Amino acid sequence: MHHVVLERWSRGTSLLHRRDARVKILSLLIFLIAVATTHRDFELPGLLYFAVLVGGMIAARLPVIGMLRRAAIVLPFSLTLAAITWISGEPRRAAMVVEKSFLSASAALLLVATTPLPQLLRGLEMLGTPRFLLMVAQFVYRYLFVIAEQAHRMRLAALCRGGRFRPKGGFRSAAGTLGVLFARSYERADRIHRSMISRGFEGHFNLLSRPSLVWADAGFLFLTAALVAVIRV
Amino acid sequence: MSPVIIARNLHYKYEDGTVALAGVDFDLFPGETVAVFGGNGSGKTTFVLHLNGLLDGQGTIEVCGLPVKSETLKQVRQKIGIVFQDPDDQLFMPSVLEDVAFGPLNLGTPPDQAVERARIALDQVGMLEHQHKAPYHLSAGEKKRVAIAGVLAMDPEVLVLDEPTTFLDPPGQRSLTVLLRGLPQSKLIVTHDVEFARSLSKRAVFFEKGRIAGDGPTDRIIEQFRWIGL
Amino acid sequence: MHIPDGFLSTPVWVALDVAVAPAAGYIVRRAQREFEERKLPLLGVMGAFVFAAQMINFPVGGATSGHLVGSALLSFTLGPAAAGVVMIAILAIQALVFQDGGILALGANVFNLAIAGVIAGYLPFHFWGAGRARKAAIFMGGVFSVLVAALMAVSELLLSGIAMPGAVLGVSFGLFTVSALLEGAITLAVFQAVETLNPNFIKQPKAGRRIGLGLIALAAVALAGVGVLFASTNPDALQRLADTLGIASKSKPFLDAPLAEYQAGFLQSAWLRKAGAGLMGIALIYGACALLGRMVGRQRSA
Repeated sequence: MHHVVLERWSRGTSLLHRRDARVKILSLLIFLIAVATTHRDFELPGLLYFAVLVGGMIAARLPVIGMLRRAAIVLPFSLTLAAITWISGEPRRAAMVVEKSFLSASAALLLVATTPLPQLLRGLEMLGTPRFLLMVAQFVYRYLFVIAEQAHRMRLAALCRGGRFRPKGGFRSAAGTLGVLFARSYERADRIHRSMISRGFEGHFNLLSRPSLVWADAGFLFLTAALVAVIRV
Repeated sequence: MSPVIIARNLHYKYEDGTVALAGVDFDLFPGETVAVFGGNGSGKTTFVLHLNGLLDGQGTIEVCGLPVKSETLKQVRQKIGIVFQDPDDQLFMPSVLEDVAFGPLNLGTPPDQAVERARIALDQVGMLEHQHKAPYHLSAGEKKRVAIAGVLAMDPEVLVLDEPTTFLDPPGQRSLTVLLRGLPQSKLIVTHDVEFARSLSKRAVFFEKGRIAGDGPTDRIIEQFRWIGL
Repeated sequence: MHIPDGFLSTPVWVALDVAVAPAAGYIVRRAQREFEERKLPLLGVMGAFVFAAQMINFPVGGATSGHLVGSALLSFTLGPAAAGVVMIAILAIQALVFQDGGILALGANVFNLAIAGVIAGYLPFHFWGAGRARKAAIFMGGVFSVLVAALMAVSELLLSGIAMPGAVLGVSFGLFTVSALLEGAITLAVFQAVETLNPNFIKQPKAGRRIGLGLIALAAVALAGVGVLFASTNPDALQRLADTLGIASKSKPFLDAPLAEYQAGFLQSAWLRKAGAGLMGIALIYGACALLGRMVGRQRSA
């Protein structure tokens, strides 16, 4: 399962893993902006950007092939759109958009694979993202797999009762499943709230201490910016 | 010594009119472990929810000498720690450590100390090495232990566990029994599992139709209400 | 429907990221006021529900099946502000963890699905969800949430210069319409299932005779969508349309005049013109949003 692997990757101890989340997020943005704004003659810069990313993966002691395969998930969609561009007579542009989308997916993956979720959320908050939004995202992520599993089990149970073989019935049965899943999710939210209150929650999430920056962080940011600037120009 | 839980004439009716508690009197003495039996809908969970003020019925409840009222809820919730049935409902933070530190932080403990208390609690339940893991990667038994640690980190005097062996396999149940035996707090354990109850508690109460129909030695209660499994 | 990085041109993704950031901040503050941190688990769990629900197949006809997108349903059960926040959270997770949708393109995707889509989906329910046309309102909410989001996405791609031959556009719109109708049907079915289990799950709008305002708001949203789309294809299309309609000869001077003005002076730059059209569409959406905010606010205090 992907998220399990991603969790494991994010708990590594390489140079990259140890960098402050803020710095990594900013580096990602710098990289993405550089890629996005490189227009003409994308062939060489594209390769160089790719090399930087692979270098990052190696420095992070992450499996390069595994990561690239994961990033390739973006390809079916971008290839379809690119095909349209190709047909409209712009093959170079088509190739460029596919490369760019792959570079972006790989870069985002590198960030997430070197930053455990709590630190990533903290970093985003310190960079100005509203805490309320981040906490909603945290809860969504936390319960995503729990509820997906519930949904899966309910569907299996319905299928065992022949739910698939009556077209109209299949639709209704799916709607009913979602209705029940909704209700169960709502009740789960109530229980979560109950256990929060039982442990003294009074309406405000308190945080653990904020991490501080070290010279290596500044160095990393500078290095990324420099590399990217060189490629860009 | 005075009881750590005193409940007198507790009544509670749900919004739709269902009577959940019809006059409950109960004492929990310091150091005791009491098992709570009863069929589904007999009122035992409703009773538990009154102990830390989640529900507010008629009658009186005192926890460690504090009457359970809106003014005292914060202290009450520190004194009595409830571990609910599904650990997934309790472990909602991204990492084990953060989740266990949640309670102390809510009590106003400064972050560094909260982390320290969390680590001590995790160590008590044998889960310290997993402190940085994400909760959904843990097994049911591990999650249950972390949930207990989350409550222990608040330094309570009373522990209440609602159906703790649900989701646990026999080895998990055994190690939970060992863990609970080693904890000094007074305990109230709501359970369907008769053997589990026998291994931990000398006294049991039996809920029926919103009242306590029997209160005495565990074996006698089991016999009296024929609360037998296979 | 999540646009990856690399497809949108720089003015488009920059403009959207810049425009969406404060809008997202406003939506978050709004939802926070309504829900407070106590209800965070509810928003999170509902987001997880939508995510998980997207994996359940609804069989349609023999070979096809669709799935719930969920923004309309979220707005009916949590209100539009919270629905927006939940959708933003979902989009961010999809982009970062599942590599579904770009990072720089988040502004665009958030706008399409979490802002425009949610508002378009919510409006019918807000105005007609309390009366006899309730079922239709719910259905149309589902339809609009998908249709508007798709329209916005296509507009952004066209604005970015992704050339789409007419046939492709036609097929795309056909697909979008089918998806939209499916979303309407699924949303209605699930809504009814949910309401049967517990009517309190629904945030029922108050009955009111604001039908006029409703139509205006909906028209604004529709105009924005169509308007942006038109403006983003080249002006020749407008010309061709005029020819076809036989008003070409009469209107040629009219059409030429504004275009001539465009070309002269400040609005000379091609991309600025396009961006201007895009921003006009966004402004219309914001207008509807502000209007909605005021209406919902008034209802709450009533």
